[in-house]
Amino acid sequence: MSLLNDLVNLNLCDVTEKVIAEYIWIGGSGMDMRSKARTLPGPESDPSKLPKWNYDGSSTEQATGDNSEVIIYPQAIFRDPFRRGRNMLVMCDAYTPTGDPIPTNKRFNADKVFSHPDVVAEEPWYGIEQEYTLFQKDTKWPLGWPVGGFPAPQGPYYCGVGSDKAFGRDIVDAHYKACLFAGINISGINGEVMPGQWEFQVGPVTGISSGDQVWMARYILERITEIAGAVLSFDPKPVLGDWNGAGAHTNYSTKSMRNNGGIEVINEAIEKLSKRHKEHIAAYGKGNERRLTGLHETADINTFSWGVANRGASVRVGRDTEKEGKGYFEDRRPSSNMDPYVVTSMIAETTILWKP
Amino acid sequence: MSLINDFIKFNLNETTRKSIAEYLWIGGAGMDLRSKARTLPEPVTDPAKLPLWNFDGSSTDQAPGDDSEVILRPQAIFRDPFRGGSNILVMCDTYTPAGDPIPTNKRFSADKIFNHPDVAAEEPWFGIEQEYTLLQKDTKWPLGWPVGGFPGPQGPYYCGVGADKSFGRDIVDAHYKACLYAGINISGINGEVMPAQWEFQVGPATGISAGDQLWVARYILERITEIAGVVLSFDPKPIPGDWNGAGAHTNYSTKPMRNDGGIDVIRKAIEKLGLRHEQHIAAYGEGNDRRLTGRHETADINSFSWGVANRGASIRVGRDTEKAGKGYFEDRRPASNMDPYVVTSMIAETTILWKP
Repeated sequence: MSLLNDLVNLNLCDVTEKVIAEYIWIGGSGMDMRSKARTLPGPESDPSKLPKWNYDGSSTEQATGDNSEVIIYPQAIFRDPFRRGRNMLVMCDAYTPTGDPIPTNKRFNADKVFSHPDVVAEEPWYGIEQEYTLFQKDTKWPLGWPVGGFPAPQGPYYCGVGSDKAFGRDIVDAHYKACLFAGINISGINGEVMPGQWEFQVGPVTGISSGDQVWMARYILERITEIAGAVLSFDPKPVLGDWNGAGAHTNYSTKSMRNNGGIEVINEAIEKLSKRHKEHIAAYGKGNERRLTGLHETADINTFSWGVANRGASVRVGRDTEKEGKGYFEDRRPSSNMDPYVVTSMIAETTILWKP
Repeated sequence: MSLINDFIKFNLNETTRKSIAEYLWIGGAGMDLRSKARTLPEPVTDPAKLPLWNFDGSSTDQAPGDDSEVILRPQAIFRDPFRGGSNILVMCDTYTPAGDPIPTNKRFSADKIFNHPDVAAEEPWFGIEQEYTLLQKDTKWPLGWPVGGFPGPQGPYYCGVGADKSFGRDIVDAHYKACLYAGINISGINGEVMPAQWEFQVGPATGISAGDQLWVARYILERITEIAGVVLSFDPKPIPGDWNGAGAHTNYSTKPMRNDGGIDVIRKAIEKLGLRHEQHIAAYGEGNDRRLTGRHETADINSFSWGVANRGASIRVGRDTEKAGKGYFEDRRPASNMDPYVVTSMIAETTILWKP
C-alpha cells in the first residue's frame, strides 16, 4: 500500500494555500467522538476566526430527523499529526440552531465555571492521567492475551518491558509523538498494572483547555488504534476478577495551593470535596462502581478518604507536596470514561465557589 | 502498519524543543526492568540536571500500597534508539522519600565502593560478556527449536551461520547498532554454543559505569525482543541436559595490572578471590548451581580454580596477558542473571580493599 501512503503523506504546502480542517465533536452517548473535514482557503490559528459548521444530529442521537441540524462552534485548534503541513484538528462543541448548547454539550457549563472571576483568579491547573485498554479487534479480548485464556497474574506488567509483558507499545509511542506534534501538553506515558492497559498524562493545563486537550488526545488515540487495527476501550473495569480497572486520576491545584501555606488551602479543599462525595461520584463516569471496590489501588465508592502517598484513598496528596507545604493533590475517583469538562469544572466549583 | 511507523519515527525537532526522557529502573525482583516516560521542556545531557521522579512501588513489590511512592534518581543518560532525535534513556536508582536507598537498590553500595579513593586510584576496568537465550513467545521453547523436540547436538552453532545454525540474528544485530547509537560501549557479539543463545560484550567501562551500561544494554535488548515478538531469558541454565548454560563472564583489570609487572598483581588478586569464593558465589546470580557443574565449559560451583586459557576454571587468564606479563583476567563464575553493580563492585572490593 505504499502508493496510498505516499498520497496520504503528500505535502500540499508547495502547491496550494488551502488547508484541511478536521472538525471534531462529542456525540450523543457522551463518549463517542465524531469528526469530518472541510477545506479552508488558508491557514488559521485563531478558533474564533474559523467558520461555524453543522452536522446531521439525527445520526448521532443529538437531534430528530425533522430538525436535524446541530451547529458546531470551533473552540480550540491543534496541528493535525495525520495530515501534517498546515492542516488542523479543531475541537468543537455543539449547539441548536438558535444558539443554545444541546444537552450533551458539557463544555458550555464548564466554560461558565472557568470564566467566573473567582475561579479565574485562582488559575486552576489540571493534570489528567488517562488510562485505557487495548483490545484485539475481532475477539474484543485484551491485546496480547491468549484467546480463550488469561495471561499470568498482575505483577510484571506495570512499566514492564518485553514481548511477554508489554502489549501495544507502538500504539502508545506513536500517540505520544503525535500529541506532541499536535501541540497537546502530554507530559508522559507508562504501561499499567493490567497487561494491555496503558496510561498517558495531559497537563498541567489551565481551566477549560484541560478538557479540550484531553478530548483531543483521546481522538488522536482512537485514530491511531484505527490505523493499528486494535480497539480502544475506556471502560472502567474491562475484565472482571483480579485485574485492575482503568481510571482518569485528576491532579489539581490553584494558585493559592501552589504558594507558601498552600497545604492549608489543600486541606480545606479536600474537606469540601468530602462533603460532596456523592454528587462528584455521580458525575465521575458510568460504571465506576465496578471499578471503585476498595481493591486494586482504589477506594471503595461509598466512602471518602484521603492520605499522603496512599493509593487506596479517594484523594492522594504526594509526599513532595507534604514536604514543601504546598503543591497539588490527586482525585483518584474519576473513571477512565469520565468527561474532563465535567470533572475539572466540578472540582473547581466545589473547591472555589461552593460554600458548605 | 506503515503509518504507525511514521509516527514512531517522527522527528519532533522541527516542531518543538520538547524532548522525551524514558526513566529506567530495576524492579522488586532484582531482574525486572521497568520504565516510563516524561516530557522535558528541552533536551538535557547532564543527569544531574534531570528532575527526580517517583513511581508506584506497590506495583513492583518495592513499597506498600498506603505508602507507595519510591523516588527515582537519574544516574546516567543514553540516546534513545527507539525515539531518536534529542530523546533520551535515563538509568535511575531507587530511594525512599526520606532519601535512603531501598533494599533492591544495589547501585548505591557499588557507587560507594567505586568512590573509595583506593579504588578510584586503581581505575578498575570491566568487560562483561552477557549471554542470553531467545525463546518463542507462545511455547517458551528456544527460538528455532522444533516445538516438542530438540535440534541436533551442540557443535555447529557457536559463531555459526545459516538458517539451520543461527536463530534470531536480526535481533542481535539490531541490538548491536541500537546500543552503539545509544552511546553504550558495546564491544562485540557472537552466536553461542547452544542454538538460540547469543552473547554481547560491554566494555571496557570504568567503575560504576559498567553496571549502568550493562543494565541499559539489557533494557534495549528487551525492547528489541518485544518488537520482534520473542521472549528474552537470562536464566543461567535454560534447558537441562547436554546444553550449555548462560553466563556473564566478567573481565577485570586495574591500572597496576595493565602496567609492567601487572601479572604479579593479577596473581595476588586471584588469590584473594580464591579466599572469598563462597561469598562471591552467593552474590553471582540465582540458580547458578544448575549451571556451574564442572561441565559445559564451567568450573564446579564448590571449587575455586584458575588457569591460563582454561575455560573449565573459575578464573581464566588469557595467553596474551601471560605473554605480555600484564593485562586482565576473566572471572567466569557470574551467571547471566547476575547484577553487574554487585559483581563489579565486589570484585573491586575483594581485590583492592579487602585484607585477608
